[in-house]
Amino acid sequence: MFEVIFLQFLNGLDKGSAYALIALGLTLVFGTLGVVNFAHGALFMLGAFCAVAFRQLITLETVTTDPEKLSPWGAPVEIREPLVQTWFGDFGAVLVNYSVIVSLLLAIPVMLFVGVAMERGLIKHFYKRPHAEQILVTFGLAIVLGELVKAIFGPNPHPQPMPDTFRGAADIGAFLGMQAGVITYPLWRLIYFLFSAAIIGAVFAFLQFTTFGMVVRAGMADRETVGLLGINIDRRFTIMFGIAATVAGMAGVMYTPLLPPNYTLGMEFLVISFVVVVVGGMGSLPGAVAAGFLLGILQSFASMTQVKAIVPGIDQIIIYLIAVVILLVRPRGLLGRRGVMEA
Amino acid sequence: MSMSRKDLILFFGFSAVVLLLPILAAPFGAAYPDLLQRFMIFGIFAIGFNILFGLTGYLSFGHAAFFGVGSYAAMWSFKLLSTNALPAIIFAVIVAGLFALAIGFVSLRRSGIYFSILTLAFAQMSYNLAYSVLTPITNGETGLRMALSDPRVLDRLFFSTPPGTPVPSLFGMSLSGWNGFFFSAALLLATFFLAMRITNSPFGMMLKGIKSNQNRMNYTGFNTRPYTLTAFVISGMLAGLAGSLLVVTDPLAGAERMRWTASGEVVLMTILGGVGTLVGPVLGAWIIKYFENIFSSFNANVLNNFYSFLPDGAREVAVTVSSKFVGEGWHLSLGLVFVLIVVFLPGGIMEGARRIGARFRRSNARPEARREQLSPTAAE
Repeated sequence: MFEVIFLQFLNGLDKGSAYALIALGLTLVFGTLGVVNFAHGALFMLGAFCAVAFRQLITLETVTTDPEKLSPWGAPVEIREPLVQTWFGDFGAVLVNYSVIVSLLLAIPVMLFVGVAMERGLIKHFYKRPHAEQILVTFGLAIVLGELVKAIFGPNPHPQPMPDTFRGAADIGAFLGMQAGVITYPLWRLIYFLFSAAIIGAVFAFLQFTTFGMVVRAGMADRETVGLLGINIDRRFTIMFGIAATVAGMAGVMYTPLLPPNYTLGMEFLVISFVVVVVGGMGSLPGAVAAGFLLGILQSFASMTQVKAIVPGIDQIIIYLIAVVILLVRPRGLLGRRGVMEA
Repeated sequence: MSMSRKDLILFFGFSAVVLLLPILAAPFGAAYPDLLQRFMIFGIFAIGFNILFGLTGYLSFGHAAFFGVGSYAAMWSFKLLSTNALPAIIFAVIVAGLFALAIGFVSLRRSGIYFSILTLAFAQMSYNLAYSVLTPITNGETGLRMALSDPRVLDRLFFSTPPGTPVPSLFGMSLSGWNGFFFSAALLLATFFLAMRITNSPFGMMLKGIKSNQNRMNYTGFNTRPYTLTAFVISGMLAGLAGSLLVVTDPLAGAERMRWTASGEVVLMTILGGVGTLVGPVLGAWIIKYFENIFSSFNANVLNNFYSFLPDGAREVAVTVSSKFVGEGWHLSLGLVFVLIVVFLPGGIMEGARRIGARFRRSNARPEARREQLSPTAAE
């Protein structure tokens, strides 16, 4: 029984990691700029499509036919050679193999740019407008981004292969000194969890231990005073928006081998991520992370057959049910500060 | 309480436009009953949504749930009671109302973004359940439809049931084609009348007060919750009415109508037309349904014909670019228009019309008259 529970716990971690990363970005944006960003899921999706685009780019191939060799059907054999392989040789092959991880290098500048452009171009004008209008404009933006991706990449999901090295499963049970082969866990999910833990750690360290982070935290606490001290807080908040977009984008890139992305990916994650933010407490970074993992794990437990036998359909609604309960009994969320959006 | 002259003119003008739509829509190529019926149905849905969002300012992101529940309830009435549309609609409105009462009672304990997320959560729950555990009631992905073997208690009790697949009717009158349109049009006019009376009533004033400053309402001693709850239930009932009408036209109830995208659509309609106005939401619903219908039927051939005056190279570019915005991609145009509306014209088309009208009048009026026309700014 312990193995089963432990396995479900592990299963919840990778989804929880994705929720936590998106919710972290949402909370950063809300905490700094006070904007409710419904387009944040679309940023996750854009990140995933950075990986797709990168792979399409490096797998551009030249097709040559060899008239000497014939396939069993009598047609000339087509020799496909990726251009990168012709240019870089073995390094090209490695590049193709590790395309998901390498595409992070593409995703980071792209997402940073998209984030900053979005904040300067559109969201800047909505600071003083009511939350309802912020929701509406970012919701519209999410539709536009989703449809743009659909227009470019088509409506079908694009499966991304994971690097060969990380295929297969890790035998966590044996690692922890239990019987081998009982608790195995797909290696890429483990990597995703470690990756997101590293990103979350980096964001917190950045906010906690750098001068820039200190100023941002001060600005979150009292924007006006920081402004009066002669610090250009708006510019720093813009950069934080870019960072939040980058975090969402990187989460999207690394998630592609687990779930083939298509243009609706963003909205699917957004709805849940909002629930995560609300459960964790609006504006609380540790709350967002904790609630992300918590809900991911609970969702995984709810989809156990034993649980479903007792409460049918619970796996479909558990996250929303928890959100409803939390909102009604503890409106500021699990770790929310008193008085922040407690209406 | 009698209606003012202005309201009478508005109502009769609106009725005339609605009833003459089969003629008025002809130049736009929209004068066929199936599409016009959708105009009516989504007009009702948007008016209902506007009673909540436009008057109280509570932004619900889960209204499609009531729409879907109305559809299912009407279908069950067709299956169990009678193929007559009247009991189906009444039953759907009651069920949707009860559903809205339950969800509203819980959701309205919070306001602002929390309210939006609560309604979204409830709608997603309904959608997920309709697809999974509630399959015996909703028939899951296949969707619920009528069958020859349905009990239809009332029909069998009083009439001999006609052979063949059952279809919705109204006391024996078929509801396909133009009959269906006029039936829906009558209900749209009734809904419009109701919305107009609510807006002008003391109850409506109360709702507007809640929108502009709920705290102040509370301080003056009003318990605002019963008012918002009533608005929520009325709004949910109208959504249920629209949902049931959709089943009357097209006897198939599916869960995808409860998806949050459907909730988003009614928000788009209302904003596009003009929040808080009477005619705006209907206008928004018509425009979106019209362009959905027209734009999504555009393909490369149509575009090639449209750009036939251009030289070959330019035409290809024009066709490639515009094909991203029509046909499959018409949602892209919708999203762009929506963003532009929210940024530049938060009051929607109605505000745009008012601004143009005001400018037009101003250029004719004398400077003295102009000063008088400046409306007083709202005091806090």
